[in-house]
Amino acid sequence: MSSSNYDSACLPDLLPLYYRRLFPFSQYYRWLNYGGVQKNYFQNREFSFTLKDDIYVRYQSFSTQTELEKEMQKMNPYKIDIGAIYSHRPNQHNTVKSGTFQALEKELVFDIDMTDYDDVRSCCSAADICCKCWTLMTIAIHILDRALREDFGFQHLLWVYSGRRGVHCWVCDEAARKLSVAARSAVAEYLSLVKGGEETLKKVVLTDPIHPFIRESLAVVERYFPRYALQEQDILGRKESVDKVLALMPEDILFTICSGAKKKTLGQYFEKEIMLQYCYPRLDVNVSKGVNHLLKSPFSVHPKTGRISVPMDLKELETFDPFAVPTISQICEELDRPRTEEEKSEDTKEKENEKDAAERRKIRDYKRTSLAKYVKYFDQFLEKMARSWKGELLKKSDLQKDF
Amino acid sequence: MQFSSRRKKYNTNSQTELYLHPLQFYGQPPLENISLSEFEAFAVDRLKLLKTIENLGVSYVKLSEQYTKKLESESKALNFLYRPDDDRKSSGPTEYEKRRKDHISHFILRLAYCQTEDLRRWFIQQEVDLFRYRFNELHPKQKLEFLHRNNLQYDTVSLSSFKYFESLFYALDLVRTRKVYLKAGYVFIPHQDIVTIVLNDFRTRLSKALALTARSLPAVHSDERLQPLLNHLSHAYVGQDYSIQKNVGKISLEQIDSLSGKSFPLCMRQLHQSLRENHHLRHGGRMQYGLFLKGIGLSLEQALQFWRSEFIRGKVDADKFDKAYAYSIRHMFGKEGKRTDYTPYSCMKVILSNPPSQGDHHGCPFRHSEPELLKQKLQFYKVSPSGISQILELVKGMHYQLACQKYFELTHNMEDASFSLNHPNQYFIESQKVLGGGKDLKREMDIPQRSQENSATRGPSAAPEAAANASQELAEVTEELDSFFQDA
Repeated sequence: MSSSNYDSACLPDLLPLYYRRLFPFSQYYRWLNYGGVQKNYFQNREFSFTLKDDIYVRYQSFSTQTELEKEMQKMNPYKIDIGAIYSHRPNQHNTVKSGTFQALEKELVFDIDMTDYDDVRSCCSAADICCKCWTLMTIAIHILDRALREDFGFQHLLWVYSGRRGVHCWVCDEAARKLSVAARSAVAEYLSLVKGGEETLKKVVLTDPIHPFIRESLAVVERYFPRYALQEQDILGRKESVDKVLALMPEDILFTICSGAKKKTLGQYFEKEIMLQYCYPRLDVNVSKGVNHLLKSPFSVHPKTGRISVPMDLKELETFDPFAVPTISQICEELDRPRTEEEKSEDTKEKENEKDAAERRKIRDYKRTSLAKYVKYFDQFLEKMARSWKGELLKKSDLQKDF
Repeated sequence: MQFSSRRKKYNTNSQTELYLHPLQFYGQPPLENISLSEFEAFAVDRLKLLKTIENLGVSYVKLSEQYTKKLESESKALNFLYRPDDDRKSSGPTEYEKRRKDHISHFILRLAYCQTEDLRRWFIQQEVDLFRYRFNELHPKQKLEFLHRNNLQYDTVSLSSFKYFESLFYALDLVRTRKVYLKAGYVFIPHQDIVTIVLNDFRTRLSKALALTARSLPAVHSDERLQPLLNHLSHAYVGQDYSIQKNVGKISLEQIDSLSGKSFPLCMRQLHQSLRENHHLRHGGRMQYGLFLKGIGLSLEQALQFWRSEFIRGKVDADKFDKAYAYSIRHMFGKEGKRTDYTPYSCMKVILSNPPSQGDHHGCPFRHSEPELLKQKLQFYKVSPSGISQILELVKGMHYQLACQKYFELTHNMEDASFSLNHPNQYFIESQKVLGGGKDLKREMDIPQRSQENSATRGPSAAPEAAANASQELAEVTEELDSFFQDA
């Protein structure tokens, strides 16, 4: 049952099984429908599929959950992306008068990618990750989650493991979905501290007064820094990486240290700046800015690793292991396991329900796999959101005087 | 406290409620009947106020002590609210009247200034500056009350409401650069930033309103009473219009060449030179220069002789001149067709309307000439290099009239022109005064001015003191324009 069994060549066989018996369609629809509070919200949503042989199709849209299921089971996409809610059904966008087809709303999203940290991690590079550098994701999630909730007041955040080297955050609050490009950009920039590309050596500069947001973020970084940077990454252990650190320090400080003098200088925050440069989340502002930006869907499969993009329960963030995330081959295998006694007794119980047989089977199916706990968590997330939809629907019906 | 749902407050309250606060966003147009003369008087006064704001904004730092003092005295003179009175006094008739005038005059000027991009931009800029000044003058309590009334809770703004408010771009900027404190979706904005947000809000609203107004303009223009008024306002010069010829025949044609070098503003000097060189001017140039000449005192006979003799030197023969061009000159003097006695163009009119194209020489050189060409011209006219750069600086800042004023100062060897240039004929008169040229000429000009005033005599102003000039003009204008509109 180890994920090293995964072979991307098996995808054509595994995907049909996945979409027929494991993909949590009803939860997925429940999410994207947002309680039916707004008309045509689901119907006007754009999906894009990457099919076999890298065929990419955009502007997919569906009228109902059933239609979504049927289409996905027919196409067996290798990858699924979610886009914006448009003014018209995306699959009819060619029939709309030019200029009037517009992206209206979408969740506020963030994408943290490990490759953006390559200049500050020594254990891996590019698409590789390991448990040592995964701490960077943990730090990023702590910082951003706190800021989005406490500073911006957002409540419905879905963190998702991307399947390979990063995490995504979907901010699903109604207010977030309605944000303009300018507002999204402002939020993303507010959250950005690490600036500069290849040519910039010093990517973090702090000035007085230190904004409370930076203070809070520093608190998180400082918690992890000793273990992460000094131990695991061992940034002061080798000359090469020591030099990198020294390059970030202001010259007069170096002089002061070397000469042993005690002097207060302008670069008073250089320690904090170094820590932030090594640990602070690096997000791609462009991903967050665009209302029409397409982002990998939760529960999509990552074609290279086979891992499912699973929602992450932040209560278990410290123990989250990206290498323990189930792969598609793993969960398909788990389907074929012989049923336990427990499961057999559940069968009899459910026969008494009026649920559709296929539906029953499907619900039981994912529950029998490692996917179960992630879907369960997703359910909890939806439940919490649903309470706010209920309030909205009541408000609406009050206004229309429907009793 | 948030304003996440900005439900439009449909104000069913009476107009008097609107005037409970000295400041407003001008969200609602006035709904009463007023007389045409009140309509015009209010508009003209506000225009004068806005022009004052424009001038002060160039000469002083906005909201500095001098700026506010001068603006206050002008507002007082024009019977606009100048200082937010105590709440106790706010229900008094005078204060009410002032606020009503403010309200009405704003909306009238909207009609006049919504028509073109240039006009809109100018109007918005002055109104924003006026608003800034007034907001600044409010007591803190009144500031809060204002924000409160307009659904802007004092120092918190909800992030979720950003989507409703493009004007909160500035607030977004504060978030982006972490200049504000955020908590649970609320942005805590320091007071000074609040002002900027409110100003941007005001600017955006006004901009939108003007765009909407422009769309409904055809309906307004179909009203024959309003159309000339509004046209006049948008090209308005609120000073003397030099329409009434005061010194006819006092200038001989032989003097014109030398006068053009000494006392003509640059635009007219340029036109005169082109006329002499090409023995021709196109229609725009003929109008601008011809009316100016009328204003300085050329009689119809002199004008006909002047233009004829010049055109004949060119490609036009006497016959053709008499047939084609003479008519239009007579027209200028009100002797043909509608018999309207056209008034010489003010600076504003020259700057804003009818921009010159290839082959034209009219317009305002400070506005319409390429800076390089302007520089050459000024060099040719022997303006000092430092003077030229001062002028070019003003031009860059779009202060065309100030640039011309600077040209006046440089060509007359003066530090301070002590008048605010608004009209080419004014330039001529001021220049003649300075040069002391022709005592007769000067006295003739003074006397008619005095005879114009009937009741409000301010005494003779032999020495051209700016203050005396200004108050004299103010007294005259209302009367002159009144009569102008009554005739129309």
